[in-house]
Amino acid sequence: MGFFLETLFGGLMAGMLYSLVALGFVLIYKASGVFNFAQGAMVLFAALAMARFAEWFPKWFGFESLLLANLLAFIAAMAMMVVLAWAIERLCLSKLVNQEGITLLMATLGIAYFLDGFGQTLFGSDIYSINVGMPKDPAFILEGMFEGGVMVSKEDLVAAVIAALLVIVLALFFQKTKTGRALRAVADDHQAAQSIGIPLNTIWVIVWSVAGFAALIAGIIWGSKLGVQFTLSLVALKALPVVILGGLTSVPGAIIGGLIIGVGEKLSEIYIGPMLGGGIEIWFAYVLALGFLLVRPQGLFGEKIIDRV
Amino acid sequence: MNTSTTNAPPAPESNILLNVNGIEVIYNHVVLVLKGVSLQVPEGRIVAILGGNGAGKTTTLRAISNLLKGERGEVTKGMIEYRGERVEALSPSDLVRRGVVQVMEGRHCFAHLTIEENLLAGAYTRSDKGEIAANLDKVYTYFPRLKTRRTSQAAYTSGGEQQMCAIGRALMSNPNMVLLDEPSMGLAPQIVEEVFEIVKDLNAKEKVSFLLAEQNTMVALRYADFGYIVENGRIVMEGAAQELASNEDVKEFYLGLSGEGRKSFREVKHYRRRKRWLS
Ligand SMILES: Nc1ncnc2c1ncn2[C@@H]1O[C@H](COP(=O)(O)OP(=O)(O)O)[C@@H](O)[C@H]1O
Ligand SMILES: [Mg+2]
Repeated sequence: MGFFLETLFGGLMAGMLYSLVALGFVLIYKASGVFNFAQGAMVLFAALAMARFAEWFPKWFGFESLLLANLLAFIAAMAMMVVLAWAIERLCLSKLVNQEGITLLMATLGIAYFLDGFGQTLFGSDIYSINVGMPKDPAFILEGMFEGGVMVSKEDLVAAVIAALLVIVLALFFQKTKTGRALRAVADDHQAAQSIGIPLNTIWVIVWSVAGFAALIAGIIWGSKLGVQFTLSLVALKALPVVILGGLTSVPGAIIGGLIIGVGEKLSEIYIGPMLGGGIEIWFAYVLALGFLLVRPQGLFGEKIIDRV
Repeated sequence: MNTSTTNAPPAPESNILLNVNGIEVIYNHVVLVLKGVSLQVPEGRIVAILGGNGAGKTTTLRAISNLLKGERGEVTKGMIEYRGERVEALSPSDLVRRGVVQVMEGRHCFAHLTIEENLLAGAYTRSDKGEIAANLDKVYTYFPRLKTRRTSQAAYTSGGEQQMCAIGRALMSNPNMVLLDEPSMGLAPQIVEEVFEIVKDLNAKEKVSFLLAEQNTMVALRYADFGYIVENGRIVMEGAAQELASNEDVKEFYLGLSGEGRKSFREVKHYRRRKRWLS
């Protein structure tokens, strides 16, 4: 039982990160109808910026504090994501507005490749580390219930808390602020939003920036755990099955979808893996998503199409 | 809603709020839809654009509010002036800030937002919280139905409530001029009357000017001051609402009032015209 719980927790933590990436996906899809293939590349780009700036700033400006370095790097990386959002809107979205979905999809593929290459040109292509002071030692919980307790990684716990906080902040932003309301309005009906004076261009820059923010957080957590390297943008591809599972238009769907896939992967690896010779973790998510496409194509929480309006 | 207190008597010429002069509109770079439309809206009036389906009413409104771009349309000739200022190059958002807002055909409420959130979204271009709250109260006094449905998702309200929501949402931007596209579409007759009564009320009390596109000629002419009849992208007739309502051609082709007995001469005389009007 203790072992089961350990696996479960491990899966939940991994799932949290999938959720973060999927969240960026869903936000962009809702607001601009763009299926953003570049979300993974954005995670890598943000993580690279974070890792390298934290390394460079102390050298450039001659200070030692790790905290200050991380703080400045975070701000700089976020600023880059905003500039990126702005550039994507300017050079790409505003030119392609009203084009077929497939055109926009190809455009985001282009953005993904560009970002991969541009990020490596700018920041280098080695493996870098992000050290934001995440605790690296394991913790034991529920010791009263099981002998020896359940071992969880403290780093995972912290990551889960940060991810949860991010989700709460985003939910508040969407529900309680004027800009959040405008974003939801654009997601519902962008023409009507335009007709009452909501500028779509501005909204798109904001949405891509918010997605960039989610990418940065995911990149930092992931990068601090696994190191910043090219494979990050591939791991982020797991967000694809997550959104298929959760529904392309649903924020809660992205979160729960991520958790299900994280947990499903780990549990199936442990409990079914031995029967099939292992390696389930790699394809589990995709098979699950495929199954869902057949049975319930709008995903678990895909918004009901309301046609009365 | 215009809260200014200028109640000066209408002086001819000087109080033209909106002046559209000979505009041509092309969709997708090829389809010429408006072939020189000119019209004027004096301050504080209700002006109606009338005509059948596909005549070019919506396109005219879109040209004014500059929502054409999103439809791959473009004004290629003529000019549009609002308070004497050329506005063809302004974005829809700029126009809303200047006081011109469009209520789209088919209502287009934000389905997943509540009625109140819909209304508040309409105040996006404004920042003074107190003024917005006061404006919201005002909208609720004009549309008491909206107040009772304030927490419902717009998708689950009736067609009439959605039309009111769309108008109320536009009013939240504190406009001087509302471009209202087919408010009667798909509504039961008594709801249509209710909506038009409120429009008339807003016009009288809040001094909001309306440019109204309608296929429902009979109702529109009862509430409007002036009317233009569009056909095939051209204005074919214009006049004071009462004149139009009593004009024989209009009666015959739009109001369906032509007597069964008067066939011979009149039928022949207007045959060509009628065919065109109904095409
Ligand atoms: N987005 C568009 N692209 C191409 N043609 C359009 C578009 N919108 C309208 N049209 C055409 O323009 C003409 C006028 O349409 P519209 O202005 O919607 O008329 P109305 O509002 O009077 O029914 C119609 O023939 C219609 O087919
Ligand atoms: Mg129309």
